[in-house]
Order: sequence, then C-alpha cells, then structure tokens
Amino acid sequence: MTQSNENQSSVSVEKLKWMYEQMVKIRYYEDQMVEVYTEGKKPVFNIGAGTVPGEMHLSTGQEPAAVGIGAHLKKEDTVTSPHRPHHHAIAKGVDLKRMTAEIFGKETGLGKGKGGHMHLFDPEVKFACSGIVAAGIPHAVGAAMAAKMKGKDWVAVAFIGEGAANAGAFHESLNLAALWNLPLIVVVEDNAYGISVPKKSSTSVDSNDKRADAYGIAGAYVKDNDPIAMYLAAEEAVSRARNGQGPTIIEIETYRYLGHFQGDPELYRDKAEVPGLRELDPIVKLKEKLIEKSTDEKELDEMEERAKQEVDEAYQFARDSNFPAPEAALEDVFTS
Amino acid sequence: MPVMSYINAITLAMKEEMERDEKVFVLGEDVGKKGGVFKATAGLYDQFGENRVIDTPLAESAIAGVGIGAAMYGMKPIAEFQFADFIMPAVNQIISEASRIRYRSNNDWSCPIVFRAPFGGGVHGALYHSQSVEAVFANQPGLKIVIPSTPYDAKGLLKAAVRDPDPVMFFEHKRAYRLIKGEVPEDDYTVEIGKADVKREGEDITVITYGLAVHFALQAAERLAEDGISVHVLDLRTIYPLDKEAIIEAAKKTGKVLLVTEDNKEGSIIGEVAAIIAENCLFDLDAPIQRLAGPDVPAMPYAPTMEKFFMINPDKVEKAMRDLAEF
Repeated sequence: MTQSNENQSSVSVEKLKWMYEQMVKIRYYEDQMVEVYTEGKKPVFNIGAGTVPGEMHLSTGQEPAAVGIGAHLKKEDTVTSPHRPHHHAIAKGVDLKRMTAEIFGKETGLGKGKGGHMHLFDPEVKFACSGIVAAGIPHAVGAAMAAKMKGKDWVAVAFIGEGAANAGAFHESLNLAALWNLPLIVVVEDNAYGISVPKKSSTSVDSNDKRADAYGIAGAYVKDNDPIAMYLAAEEAVSRARNGQGPTIIEIETYRYLGHFQGDPELYRDKAEVPGLRELDPIVKLKEKLIEKSTDEKELDEMEERAKQEVDEAYQFARDSNFPAPEAALEDVFTS
Repeated sequence: MPVMSYINAITLAMKEEMERDEKVFVLGEDVGKKGGVFKATAGLYDQFGENRVIDTPLAESAIAGVGIGAAMYGMKPIAEFQFADFIMPAVNQIISEASRIRYRSNNDWSCPIVFRAPFGGGVHGALYHSQSVEAVFANQPGLKIVIPSTPYDAKGLLKAAVRDPDPVMFFEHKRAYRLIKGEVPEDDYTVEIGKADVKREGEDITVITYGLAVHFALQAAERLAEDGISVHVLDLRTIYPLDKEAIIEAAKKTGKVLLVTEDNKEGSIIGEVAAIIAENCLFDLDAPIQRLAGPDVPAMPYAPTMEKFFMINPDKVEKAMRDLAEF
C-alpha cells in the first residue's frame, strides 16, 4: 500500500511543521553526537575511551519513521525501541537532558548512568529500550494488552529494524497481538542492513508488511523514506488500534547514512551508496514542501534555531553532570 | 614460535579445523563477509565460501537449533553468538536439547557442536554487551564449558572442542581478544578439555581462576613476589566438568585459597570450586576460602565509575592476595 499525492496534500501544515522541527532536532542531535563521540578517541580509535565510551548506533537518515508515527502518539501511548533509539526517543518526547546525560553515563541520566545509549527508559512518556534485538516487541504487546485491560484507547508501538523481523519474538508477538486484537503497531525500519548482512540475505520476503497476511492483520509499506507517507500510514494504523480494530505492521524503506556503529569501516557496502542516499534527504524534501505550502522561511529558521538550542542545552547539561559514585552500581537491584 | 593475539589464535584454530575436516562449518550473525563483529572469523569466508561460513538472520534460537540439527545429522558446526549476552533466546535449544541428546537417545545420537561467544566486561558494553553467562550453563551436565585465558590454550582448546563428540560452549573474553598475546605453535595440537593448568608455581597462597582474571592474578603475583610472597596460580580452563584433582592439589599445596571470577559472586562457578575444596581439604586449609568476584547486581553498568567498581582488576586481586597471605 502506498499513499497517493492527493492524500499527501491532506496533511495539515501544522503537522508538517511539527515533523520538520522534530527531524531537524534529531538530525542535529545525531550530528552533534558524531563530534562528541570522537572526543578522547584519537589518535587510535578506541570505542571504550572518551566523553561517550561504549558503542554508538546513530539514526541519521532514519528520522521519517520516528516522526511519522510520533505525530499521532499521546503521552500515554507506549513506544519500545531497540539499540538505535535516539530518533524514537526524541519524537516521543523523552526528556532530552536526562537522555543525553544517560548517554554520557552521568548520574543525572534516565537510568543514573547504568544503561547508556542503548538503554533509555522514560516512564513519563512510556518509552523503553532493549539492547537485545526483537526483545521489545513482546513488551509492546504487553503494553497494548494492559491498555485494553484498563479500557483505555492507548496504543503501543514497537520499533524494530528489518533484521529483527526474523527473530522468533516477532512472530510470537504478532500472532498474539492478532489473536487478542490488541492496539499494537510494529514499525519495521528497513535500513537495508542488519549490521553487515543485506536484507535479501536474511529475509525470505521482500518486505515485512507482507507477513501481515500470515497473522490476518493489516500491513502497510512506505517507500522512499517519505515522512508524509509514513504519517499517513501511521494515521491509519493508530486509528485502527485506538478503535479496537487490531494490530498493523508498517515497513518503511529508510536509509542509514552512517555505519552500524560509529567506527564501522562499512566494508560490506559500496562507498558510493551513502552520498546517493543523502541526495534523497527527507529533511530537505520536507522543507521544500513547507516552502511550497507558503511557510515563511523565517519561521523555519526559528524552528531550526529552537531545536538546536534545545539540543545544545541537553549536551551542556550532560557535560556539567557528575559521574555516579562507584558504589551506585549496587543500587536499584530490588525495591528499597 | 610465532606470537599472536588471543583472537588470532581462535581464528587460526577454526581455519585449521575447516581445512582438516570438510564437515566443519561456521554459522552466526555477520560471520561471513564482515568476518564477525570482533573479526574472529576474518578470512574464513574468502577461503571457504558462503556455504561453509554462513551469515544467519538475527535469530539466536535458530542459530543454536539449526546447528544442533546439523550436528545430529553428521556435520560439525561452530555456531557463533555475537555477544554472550545475546545467547539467552537460544538457551532452550542449548540446555533442553543439545545437552540432553546423548542421554535421552540411549547414547545412539550425539551433538558435536561448538557454541562460541565473546563474554566479559571492561569495554563499556553496559547491560547487554558485558556479561559473564557461564554459570547459567554450568548447572547443566551434558555441556562442556571452556574458557581459555591464553592464545596457546585458545587454539588448542578450540580444536579439541571441534573434535569433541559432545556439545561444547566456548567463551572468549572480549577484552582479551587483542590485549593478550602469546606464543602459539604452528603445528597441529589440541589441549585436553577438562584439565586445569598451573600458570605459576608458588608456595604461600593459591589463586584459582579462569579467563582474563588469570592475567590479573599473574600480574598481582609478580607484585607480591617482590615482597617475598610466593603465589600459586591455577587456571581452570574448563569450568564444566571441573578438574577436581587439580583443584584439590592446588588448594592443598599452600592451604590458603583465593578464588576469582568476573561473574557475580553468588551462584558463580567459584562457589562450586569452594565446595570441592571444602569437601576434600578440611585439614589442609590454613585460612577460610576467599572469593573475589563481581557484585551481585543484575548486569554490568555503563558509567565508567560503576563499571570499574564491578570489574576485577590486578589491584583488587593484589589486595585480596595480600589479605589472605597475612591471615
């Protein structure tokens, strides 16, 4: 299923602006992280050294999936996210300062420095991660089940990469969500590679929305990393879920501009691939669309400035925060 | 004799076994063209091709289960889990299936598979890229569990694991991959599974450990030697089945025993080592058995301060050794 141009023009300018500002914020956040991440890792690259020690999986280029669905979500809706979570977190409204502090391993972080960038948890906006591929899908099913049991119209969204759609947890979860008619949306971000392995070498179907037939649920496919098409597919899916009409799988063709992790030599893909992808940049295209719709360029500039300021403040907050005391490692095992 | 890193010794063992026996093949996530995320399978795809170095989907249960099936029907798979932390979806296949195949089939079937996985912390991997998971499997007779500390042992034990007629779990400390270097013979050799190894002879206290902590113990032992304290270091190498004879001999030799693991203290394999010593060495001990281990928290935390608190290091081992020597 793809969206027609006619449908595309039905999206309000306000929603387009919201998506644009979020995408700019996500992109700027990740661009800053590219810089910060290299601090202390020179001259010899060492993942475990520097301001942000540990692995780093950035979402640059994958903004449309997060904002297209984020535009329809309420604070009470659940999002689960995998090891590449920054865009999902930002679009869900996770506290940016505490998120950044967590990525820096600081005591003011969402998890007081225990988790790092793959393990962001913000109960305020019902956002959770797991560093284990596919582990978050059943949790989203559980959240959808809880919403239904409580009689609420809340929905649950599980973001996964295309690689996770081959894990048992994907199939077990979708069968249950379909069987129990739960308000679940699984968003498969197809960025073409599971680390190094291309989708065609790991997946028996060309797109995972086709697997919806196996569970008797709705499927939608969004091509060209298009945020507006994602918005429209998500609108249908969220509406279906809120109205008790069951789960949806949305697969979006998206692009990973950077390596699987920062420092990835990317020997598995053609060097010419990424510059080609960047020419199709969804942020540029959405900005053109907004200008076409007579949005004042000054207003767009202000949105960009606002987003950047928020990000800059979050990074400064993280830098200014302290590391946790070593003995804090012993805390939070059981309730105290 | 060539000097090589721990990870290169592991790669060499797989290469030699694949050359020796065409039934040996490798499967796992990104093991093919990429050569694995740590490069443990580097070069194997180019040498042996895509039918023997197989990139799998991200489905650990299938990696284990399909490997088990291939092993039962005549192949010799080496299944790589990208991180030991990722093994959990495969635990059902490994514990409920692989470990029981010989027992449940009246010895008619066997399951000659090797499950390889990098484990351990010290690389800021946080909650899902740092754990020691060996104790999960060490309570499951039917599995052999090998954790080498040196390149020499890594090559010899991995070759032995591939040739073993039963399932072997082979855990490689990821921090050791490039940190630890040593001499490795070019010729074909194996190291017997189930045999511990004295890594340093000493008279005053005994340290029993495995994996990266062996090197911490050896470094600390050097420091104590400067003060005239002689430390005996036993490297378990195989943690299931444990080499009881070697453990008892090492404990009796000095009468003062320090057990070290990076795993959480409670329920770890060193508790079993302590029980063996307690059962067999009561009248030989001059001090209570001491344990140095990670704290009892669910996973290794991310922040550098807390990770350092969790990890074993030579200073912590040295302090524990000195306390024991003075007892």
